[in-house]
Amino acid sequence: MTMIEQAPLTAKREKSRAWEKLKASRSALAGLVIILFFVILAAAAPILPIPDPVATSWSAIRKAPSAAHWLGTDDLGRDILSRMIWGAQASLMAGVFSVALAVGIGVPFGILAGYFGGWVDLVISRITEALLAMPFLIMAIALAAFLGPSLTNAMIAIGLSAMPIFVRLTRGQVLSVKQEEYVEGARSVGLGHMDIMVRYILPNVTAPIIVQATLTIATAIIAEASLSFLGLGQQPPAASWGSMLNVAKNFLSQAPWMAMWPGAAIFLVVIGFNLLGDGLRDALDPREH
Amino acid sequence: MSRFLRLTTALAFTALTALPAAAVELKIGLQDDADVLDPAQSRTFVGRIVYTAMCDKLVDVSPDLKIVPQLATEWAWSEGGKVLTMKLRDGVKFHDETLMDAAAVVATIERNLTLPESRRKSELSSVEKVEATGPLEVKFTLKKPDVTLLAQLSDRAGMIVSPKAAKELGANFGSKPVCAGPFKFVERVQQDRIVLQKFADYWNKDNVFIDKVTYLPIPDSTVRLANLQSGDLDFIERLAPTDAAAVKSDSKLTYADVVNIGYMALYANIGNGPRADNPFGKDKRLRQAFSLAIDRDALNQIVYEGTAVGGNQPFPPNSPWFNKALPVPARDVDKAKALVKAAGFDRVPVEMQIPNNPVAQQMMQVVQSMVAEAGFDVQLKSTEFATLLDEQTRGNYQLSRSDWSGRVDPDGNIHQFITCKGGINDTKYCNPKVDELLNEARASTDDAVRKEKYDAASVILNDDMPIIYLGHQSWIWAMKKSVTGFTASPDGMIRLVGLKKG
Amino acid sequence: MPVYIGKRLLVAIPTLLIISIFVFSLQKLLPGDPILAMAGEERDPAVLELLREKYRLNDPIPVQYVTWIGGVLTGDLGISLRTNQPVTELIAQKLPVTIQLAIMSMIFAFVIGVPMGILAAVKKNTVLDYVASLVALSGLSVPNFWLGIMLILLVSVNLGWLPASGFESIFVDPVRSLQTMIMPSFVLGTALAATLMRHTRSAMLGVLSADYIRTARAKGLSPRDVILSHSFRNALLPVITLTALLFGELLAGAVLTEQIFTIPGFGKLIVDAVFNRDYAVVQGVVMCTAVGFILMNLIADILYVLLNPRLRASL
Repeated sequence: MTMIEQAPLTAKREKSRAWEKLKASRSALAGLVIILFFVILAAAAPILPIPDPVATSWSAIRKAPSAAHWLGTDDLGRDILSRMIWGAQASLMAGVFSVALAVGIGVPFGILAGYFGGWVDLVISRITEALLAMPFLIMAIALAAFLGPSLTNAMIAIGLSAMPIFVRLTRGQVLSVKQEEYVEGARSVGLGHMDIMVRYILPNVTAPIIVQATLTIATAIIAEASLSFLGLGQQPPAASWGSMLNVAKNFLSQAPWMAMWPGAAIFLVVIGFNLLGDGLRDALDPREH
Repeated sequence: MSRFLRLTTALAFTALTALPAAAVELKIGLQDDADVLDPAQSRTFVGRIVYTAMCDKLVDVSPDLKIVPQLATEWAWSEGGKVLTMKLRDGVKFHDETLMDAAAVVATIERNLTLPESRRKSELSSVEKVEATGPLEVKFTLKKPDVTLLAQLSDRAGMIVSPKAAKELGANFGSKPVCAGPFKFVERVQQDRIVLQKFADYWNKDNVFIDKVTYLPIPDSTVRLANLQSGDLDFIERLAPTDAAAVKSDSKLTYADVVNIGYMALYANIGNGPRADNPFGKDKRLRQAFSLAIDRDALNQIVYEGTAVGGNQPFPPNSPWFNKALPVPARDVDKAKALVKAAGFDRVPVEMQIPNNPVAQQMMQVVQSMVAEAGFDVQLKSTEFATLLDEQTRGNYQLSRSDWSGRVDPDGNIHQFITCKGGINDTKYCNPKVDELLNEARASTDDAVRKEKYDAASVILNDDMPIIYLGHQSWIWAMKKSVTGFTASPDGMIRLVGLKKG
Repeated sequence: MPVYIGKRLLVAIPTLLIISIFVFSLQKLLPGDPILAMAGEERDPAVLELLREKYRLNDPIPVQYVTWIGGVLTGDLGISLRTNQPVTELIAQKLPVTIQLAIMSMIFAFVIGVPMGILAAVKKNTVLDYVASLVALSGLSVPNFWLGIMLILLVSVNLGWLPASGFESIFVDPVRSLQTMIMPSFVLGTALAATLMRHTRSAMLGVLSADYIRTARAKGLSPRDVILSHSFRNALLPVITLTALLFGELLAGAVLTEQIFTIPGFGKLIVDAVFNRDYAVVQGVVMCTAVGFILMNLIADILYVLLNPRLRASL
């Protein structure tokens, strides 16, 4: 049975090799650089020599980019560069933490459903369907009313609504993987369920999860804006990229730069995470040697 | 054979008169979809725009807000304002070809008063009875003098509907409304369109130059304008002020605006539940300071591109009811700071709930930064509409942004908000003196006397300041150059009689 | 297989029941009073109270639920508080619109996403791969409203090629119906294409490196045959899962896009209904979407088996 040796083995053995591969991947490094750039920028916001992000100026309403305001000003005369930097914090957190929540809950349940099948699968899958059918809007308004407006609650709402997709993806992947010889083999040598799930199944279902996670970050950043609008998430005048986009919607022809910068930032962050995701994917894919 | 010939000639003739050359179709973009199309039950502003084309009223309102004849040709008050007699226009037909007469008016008013779902009850609450005193004469007897009734009859409460249709459809009248206006109902697809067609037997048909009207709800103002520019629409309402300049400079479009009769305001919680127990609700000096710290002109320029006007009363400064002795205050930060200090404060924390639309958010952020200079630390709480309304009614707020679309009679902009038992008094401000003045203003048929009462009330309110008035927006319309004959009216309606296209 | 499908459909009934209880109670917990919300500026307390009575909003929530479910069993989903129209009628009006928009968007998403994903995988780490990823991801990060408004300004206002917005039923005027739907479904499709493209690429990469592909290559099969017949089929699994989910989401409505192009679909209907606390409408639409999701997931599970017969035992 050469298959067992050749095919993907355990997470542990692969770890160091994966790290080497990740470091060698140029796209992963590029992605990491982009993400670090925004993270450092967000963290450094308080010490950077930039104007107050909420300071309004009636004489500088919707001014195009200039020497005084590198990225222009918004509808209240606030400096967009400064708001972009301060907003990075809220947006990155909204993106990363809500996705982490979705993955953290969704993937284990997906594995359980796919691995055990039967009643376990039935219950988990039906709950997933219920969550899918539940309008995001109702959940958001309810959370806003009961937990109050805060970025954390917004992240919970976004995370919960993104979760079902991870359950479904993981489950589908597990279904196909668990028929493979190496899983059968592991079972026949008497390994426990937990061992099989963690050591054999998990490493082989990561690819679509990584891809989906890096994509969901974009959706989450944009969703934060619609939530702040419903009374959840960042409240005005504090900035987030999503809410900046939301406001810019009304000034598309008068002040196109208001939409351009936050849009570009979201794009870059998404590219960054996707590049990193590609690298991770290749590094973790046990079949690629 | 000859009969057949006569029939075809008649048909050809009808076709010719009905469709001179090509049918003129007008497409109007509205901001929202209308609600139930039954004048007795309806409650939205856009619904009223549609009725303007479909349902004639006993009386109409002119652009300078005077009551003018429509289905009633003349009227008179008697017995000290307790009886209103109206003479009706002769030969008016409903869209189902039944006759509009005194009996129909009585049936409609009674329907408005008795239909369980009717929203017109409070508007007609002063009516004791209504009776036909002749085939074309009706008499309203009131419980107590109420001059505001005429203004109510110029709106949905005075839209006369076909008694036959009302009887057949009952509360479902809105599924196929039958009125006596210039256009009759054809079809409606929710959130998509409402189609009306010229009514051939309209009493004033010679002044109707449009054959078919389609109302399309398009909520996004940018998209509404794009549809006008691309030629998919002929006419749009509520153009965004930020697009005004673009329309004015477009040679293919016409721009029209007029200051509306409503207001934008902040409600302070004065006595609505436990949350009223805070310095801002208790000490009028803080509210006065807040108001003084706002630069209303700057607000108008920044948010409304100069299309709105600043205000400090329920009526706009250009209204005859505006108290000129209390001009809109200029910003005075020093005086505001002094008032805050006098109230014993250095910084005052205030929580303000705001509706979640971008314009309101922009405006309140400007206010937030203006009043900060006078010592107010405003925390904004963005809330979706149903929650906001609920919190406001139950008193779970400190300061709340609320607007009013405005009523033709001054009473409609003030009485129900300020009187102790007012139906929508959410601040729960209560001052017997103000109640007395506003009730007296209701009872007098003499405008000079009424003005005196409103002036006296406005002085008290300007001091107590339960409602901080911010200003008055404009209605802004844009239309193709080929559309002519439109008159901008402060009530925001789009009157199609006299309107031409092409 | 028929037994399996029958079992799944049977399980759908309790699922729907649970969803309905969940949505019903959650909406009732929302702040805001439906009668007050729809009253707008006409807030006469006596009438409001009467309406509460008429629509039985003063009953205890469990009683309201039982009343509602009783209606559902007789095919009555209640009426919209806002417009007095029966909910079944509203759904019948909007469902075809939503389905048409969903299908057309999915077509765009597939036509753009899947070939780009395959191409990117086959040409991994070349300029082509990067460009394809950039294009796909920009579709995801460009906000729908921006793309939508820009398209309207360009295609309708400047070029005059397509109507700016509005909707026509495909049964009334098929040409105009397709014309009005092209831009909105393109906007929706580009966002979904990114997801499909990235997943197709990843799954293809996984399969391309698997042993049987190597074997096939070694046996001398042409690259085209290898890619299309062997790899793609096996790469499909996550793509199918996602397609089912995305299609389900499309059925729930696309609020912003519908709003910008004034498409009278589920999105705007349910958003307005939630904001107005128009419970019967929310409930009706949610049930409808739930059925959609259940069917989509079922179809996905069946497709898994058809593509990978080894899975049959696990179902």
